[in-house]
Amino acid sequence: MSSEVVHSDHPIDRPADLKVGAGKLRIRAGTGEEVLPDKIHSWPYFVRVEFIAGLIMFLFLCVWSLAIDAPMEEPANPSMTPNPSKAPWYFLGLQEMLVYFDPWLAGVVFPTLIIVGLMVIPYIDINPRGNGYYTFKERWFAILTFFFGFHVLWVVQIFIGVFLRGPGWNFFMPWEFWDSHKIVALNNIDWPYLLGARGYWTSFMIGGATVGGFFSVIPLFWKMFENKPAMRQLGFVRYLVVSGLFMTMMLMPFKMVLRWTLNVKYLWITPWFNI
Amino acid sequence: MSEKADQQKQNILKLITESQVWTSTFRHGYADTPRNRALQISANVWLHLHPTKVRRHGIRYRYTWCAGGLTFLLYLVTVVTGVVLMFYYRPTGEYAYHDIKYLDFDVPFGMFTRNMHRWAAHGMVIMVWLHMFRVFMTGSYKPPREFNWVVGVLLLTLTLLLSFTGYLLPWDQLAIWAVTVGTNMARAAPLVGTEGPFGPEIGVTPRYNMRTLLTAAVNVGPPTLMRFYVLHCIFIPVIASMLMILHFWRIRKDGGISGPL
Ligand code: HEM
Repeated sequence: MSSEVVHSDHPIDRPADLKVGAGKLRIRAGTGEEVLPDKIHSWPYFVRVEFIAGLIMFLFLCVWSLAIDAPMEEPANPSMTPNPSKAPWYFLGLQEMLVYFDPWLAGVVFPTLIIVGLMVIPYIDINPRGNGYYTFKERWFAILTFFFGFHVLWVVQIFIGVFLRGPGWNFFMPWEFWDSHKIVALNNIDWPYLLGARGYWTSFMIGGATVGGFFSVIPLFWKMFENKPAMRQLGFVRYLVVSGLFMTMMLMPFKMVLRWTLNVKYLWITPWFNI
Repeated sequence: MSEKADQQKQNILKLITESQVWTSTFRHGYADTPRNRALQISANVWLHLHPTKVRRHGIRYRYTWCAGGLTFLLYLVTVVTGVVLMFYYRPTGEYAYHDIKYLDFDVPFGMFTRNMHRWAAHGMVIMVWLHMFRVFMTGSYKPPREFNWVVGVLLLTLTLLLSFTGYLLPWDQLAIWAVTVGTNMARAAPLVGTEGPFGPEIGVTPRYNMRTLLTAAVNVGPPTLMRFYVLHCIFIPVIASMLMILHFWRIRKDGGISGPL
């Protein structure tokens, strides 16, 4: 691709450098055009790039460290819990999930699924296109999913956690006073209750049906598109992994919206766990 | 310069560059020839991490954003500054906080060293995310680089754990409560946490469960500090360094930087 550039303004393409480093211009068979060879010497072209990038980063870090001191608060005191207690900023995405899910899901199952889910990406994305260059068109589904999971669900939650959460993990705008006595109506109710269920077993069934219904998209979608060539290629096992991870990820926005609009606390209550 | 003086200069230069000391130290000349350019990389123990030639597009900032290399640079900064901090820091309940205060106020360049360590660590977390984002956007996890992506995800996890274990060491309010919040989640782990689904049923107790494995005590206390210190300064860096070696080696084995076929 880049070998089609004959001359550009980039230093690595300057004719003077071509004599030694970038190799001789080649004549392309057939057309007779002059083209640049695809490989260039690491010394000096590549090492130079690394050096400059490293130097800029290093200087930036030095200036930053001269200007801003690392935080240091009062000595550790186990009997005085600060409000709010925030995890380090890079874990605030997880802490934010605690608003919507119990700790076993938000703190354990989801993080595990995030790590495992990232690891299996190369094995479930079987699209051979877009390997080694930037493209949106050729792999839009992969990119949009990553964008949603990483930028929206991870990075945005971190921003919310860092800037918009105050005492009691309540929501505060940046200009609002952090009033630790802020009164927030605790009117969250469970989903089956909202639907009018009052008995224990009816609630249990409704909750189970809701969660089951949410995940039933997986077999339904398979039945609908089973015979499409893309689905055939993906295969049943890979499809299960892709859709399982995808729908689990979607549980987060699903519950967020239910919380904001209908104050839903749990979808499903069981004696062992709540979702 | 007269011709004679010029001749003299040449002779002296020759005497030096052909001496045993010189030739045993510098293994090739510096004239700008293709051979020397290759030797400059392959005959240098640090530089030979690189191939002698790279694909033209791979060295453009807009392709890699240098994100992987900068992650590594920031890691090296934390290693160097971290060793300096270790000269002054004792991981015990009595001393930890005061050692950091001492570093901040009395040790020459102590505050600066600590700042460098902390900000480089935070920078590394950001860079490693950017690097992953870049690798994703160029589809560089696709064959034959699947395995290196998996190694990368492990490195990402270790980077976060390194940062997290270091967060406790200043032993101030920020430290213990952030770590309390973080480790509390382990309490809820299914099967291995006291408050997690099926934990109590299996026989997990408040003293012996997933969380106390991390904190070495029921609450975050001095035993936790020692545990996190060892994890932070020895255990995780050793594992992360090994995985980085593997990561870099695999880049070469997978055919160098990815690019259009
Ligand atoms: C401590 C963390 C890491 C370090 C020091 C590191 C370092 C590097 C370096 C120096 C490169 C060469 C190309 C470049 O600079 O972009 C690279 C490439 C690569 N990294 Fe990482 N990396 C780290 C974490 C990760 C993570 C988190 C992932 C993915 C989840 C990853 C996946 C890859 C892959 C697949 C390549 C090959 C890219 C290509 O050929 O275009 N690495 N890494």
